[in-house]
Amino acid sequence: MTAKQRKMLIRILITAALLIALQFVPESSALHGLPLFFLYLIPYGIIGYDILRKALKGIMNRQVFDENFLMAIATIGALAIGLLKTGDYVEAVAVMLFYQIGELFQSYAVGKSRRNISELMDIRPDYANIETDGALTRVDPDEVEIGTVIVVQPGEKIPIDGIVEEGASSLNTAALTGESVPRDVKPGDEVISGCINMSGLLRIRTTREFGESTVSRILDLVENASSRKSRSENFISRFARYYTPAVVFSALALAILPPAVRGLFLGLSPEWGDWIYRALTFLVISCPCALVISIPLSFFAGIGGASKSGILIKGSNYLEELSRTGIVVFDKTGTLTEGRFEVSAIHHSPMTEEALLEYAALAESASSHPIAMSIRKACGTEPDLTRVSDIQEISGNGVIVRIDGKETAVGNARLMEHLGIRWKPCHHTGTIVHVAIDGEYAGHIVISDVEKATSAEAIRALKASGIRKTVMLTGDGKAVAEDVSGRLGIDEVWSELLPGDKVAKVEELLSGKKGREVLAFVGDGINDAPVLSRADLGIAMGAMGSDAAIEAADIVLMDDNPLKISKAIRISRKCMRIVYENIAFALIVKALCLILGAVGIANMWLAIFADVGVMILAVLNAMRALFVHRL
Amino acid sequence: MKKVYKVEVDCANCANKMEEAAGKVAGVEELTISFMTQKMTVRFAEGADVAAVMKKVADCCTKVDDDFSIQL
Repeated sequence: MTAKQRKMLIRILITAALLIALQFVPESSALHGLPLFFLYLIPYGIIGYDILRKALKGIMNRQVFDENFLMAIATIGALAIGLLKTGDYVEAVAVMLFYQIGELFQSYAVGKSRRNISELMDIRPDYANIETDGALTRVDPDEVEIGTVIVVQPGEKIPIDGIVEEGASSLNTAALTGESVPRDVKPGDEVISGCINMSGLLRIRTTREFGESTVSRILDLVENASSRKSRSENFISRFARYYTPAVVFSALALAILPPAVRGLFLGLSPEWGDWIYRALTFLVISCPCALVISIPLSFFAGIGGASKSGILIKGSNYLEELSRTGIVVFDKTGTLTEGRFEVSAIHHSPMTEEALLEYAALAESASSHPIAMSIRKACGTEPDLTRVSDIQEISGNGVIVRIDGKETAVGNARLMEHLGIRWKPCHHTGTIVHVAIDGEYAGHIVISDVEKATSAEAIRALKASGIRKTVMLTGDGKAVAEDVSGRLGIDEVWSELLPGDKVAKVEELLSGKKGREVLAFVGDGINDAPVLSRADLGIAMGAMGSDAAIEAADIVLMDDNPLKISKAIRISRKCMRIVYENIAFALIVKALCLILGAVGIANMWLAIFADVGVMILAVLNAMRALFVHRL
Repeated sequence: MKKVYKVEVDCANCANKMEEAAGKVAGVEELTISFMTQKMTVRFAEGADVAAVMKKVADCCTKVDDDFSIQL
C-alpha cells in the first residue's frame, strides 16, 4: 500500500466508526433534527472532503462531468432530502464511504496487478560483473563497452549479448522463450542477454551495448505495447465520453419531467423529493469506471501473459487482430523447415550406409559447400585425410578422388553420365548425391532441408482452432514445395517465387479475404521484411538476434517453434473473450440499475454496490487474461 | 520526435480525458497515456519547443485531475 492508500484507509475506518456510533443516538434525544444533521456532516466531511474540493475545481475548470462532481451532487442532494424530508443522513455518508472504498480497492488492485505483470516481465539485469586484477566488480550494464569480457556466475542473468570466451554451461532461456529446455553453450557460441546461467562460470565477450542487447529491445517493445491502443479500448473511451453526459442529462430529465407532468397535467402530487432521489441514484451509477479500467487491464494482462510464453505482441491492436486470424501464410525455409540441410535418406547402396557416407564424406572433405558440410556432419567422424588423394573437382557436378586407391566419384546425375555409369533415379525430393566406386554405382544420398519437428502439429493445431486456410510460399522448386506442404497438410502452396513475388502473392491473398478476417504472414525475418509489413499481421519467429524482424513484425515469437502461432491465437482469443465479457457485463448491470433506479426499485445503496461490485468483478476477470500457461 | 514520460494518474477515465485534452495542445502530434504502465508517450510536431509544450500538457492534465504528476 502506498502512503496515499493508507491515508484513505484510515479515513474510511474513522468514517465507518463515526457512522456506527451515530446510530446509537436515541430517537427521543434533543439531538434530533438540525443538530444531528451537523453531527453527520463530520463523517461526511472526513470521507468526502477531497471529492468536494475536486468537484469545485472541476466546475471552475469546466470539467463538470467527472466522477467527483457527480458524487458531490448525488450526496449533497441526498443530504438535502434528508434535511428537508426524511431525516435520513446515513445514506449520503454511506454512499460517499462506499465510493471511496471502491476507489481504494481499484487503486490497490490495479497497482498490484500492474506490479505483478511488470514483475513477470522483469528480465532486466541489474548489474554486470567485470574482472579486474582477479577480483569481480559489479558495474551498471549500461557502462559496459562493446568487446569487454564480462563474467557470469551460475545463477546470474546474462546482462549483455555476446560470445562465450571461456567456460561451458547450460542456459535457462525460459524468461525469453517460455521454454524450459536448457540450452548448452561452449566457447565460440553466441549468447543472448536475459538467459540465466545455470551451471558453470562463463566469460563472455560482449558484442553489443546494453541498450542494443536483446533484453533491452524486448523490454522496450513490451513497455511500448500499451501505447498502441486497440479498437475496443478506443471504443470504450469514446463510449465513456458520451455515457456520462447522457446519464447526467437523463437524471436531470428524471428529476424535472415526471413531477412536472404529474403536477401540471395529471393533477397528482408532484412528489419532487421522490423523483429527485431517483435522479441522484442515476448519478451514482453514471461513473464508467468498471469499463474504463478493465479493458486496458485485460489487454495489459494478455500481452503480459503472452510475453511470458515467449510471444511478444507489439500492441493491443495486434492482439485484437490476431484473434480474428482466418488465413495464415507461411514462408517455408526457416519457418516450417529448419533452413539447414541434412542427410535424409541413403538408397541402393551395396555396402552399409555408414560406409557409403564415409566415402562421400572423404570425397567431399575439401569442400565448404553446404551439401558437403551436411554429408560430413551426417558421417560424424573426422575424415582421415591421408586416405584421400588426387582430388579432382568437376565444377558444378561433383568431385572425383582416390580413396584407399579406389577411384571414387561423388556428384550429381550429370557426373554419373559423364563417367558412363548407370545411376538410379530417386523418388525422394531434395538434392541427390550419387556415389560411384571404381566405376560401379554405389547408391545415392538424399539431402534435404528438414521440417521442424513441430511443423505438422502446428498446422493441425491451427486447423483445430478454426483457421480457414493455410498457405505456403517458397522460392524452392515445385517438387520440394509440394512434397513438404503435402506432408504438413497445408492447403495451398506457391513455389519458385522470388522475394518480390511473395509480396504480390500476399496481396492477391489479401484480396481474397472474407469479411473481417485477418491474414497473418509468418516468416523468419530474413529477407521477408517487406512481406511482414504488407500482411495484416506480420509474425516473425526465432527473432532472438534479428533486428529487421523485430522492426517489421507486429508479433515476434522468441523461439522458432511454429506451434507458438496457434498458442498466440488462443491467447488472443481468450483475452478478447474477457474484454467482451467485461464490456457486456458492465453495460448490462449498469442498464439494469438505471432502469430499476428510474422506476424507484433500486435505491442509492444498491446503485453504489452495483458500481463498486461490477468494477471489482471486472478487474478480477481481467486478471484471468494473464493465465495463458495451459492454453 | 518521440518522448516517453513517467506519469502518475489515479483513475483510468481521467487518463482518457487527459489524453484527449493534452492531445490538442499545439506542438503535440500524438499523445497517448497508458494507465497500466503509467507512461505518457508524446510525439512532437516538427520544430516544437519541447519544454514549453510539455508545460502546457502538464497544465491540461492537472486541470482534469489535481493529483496528476509528471516527471519531466
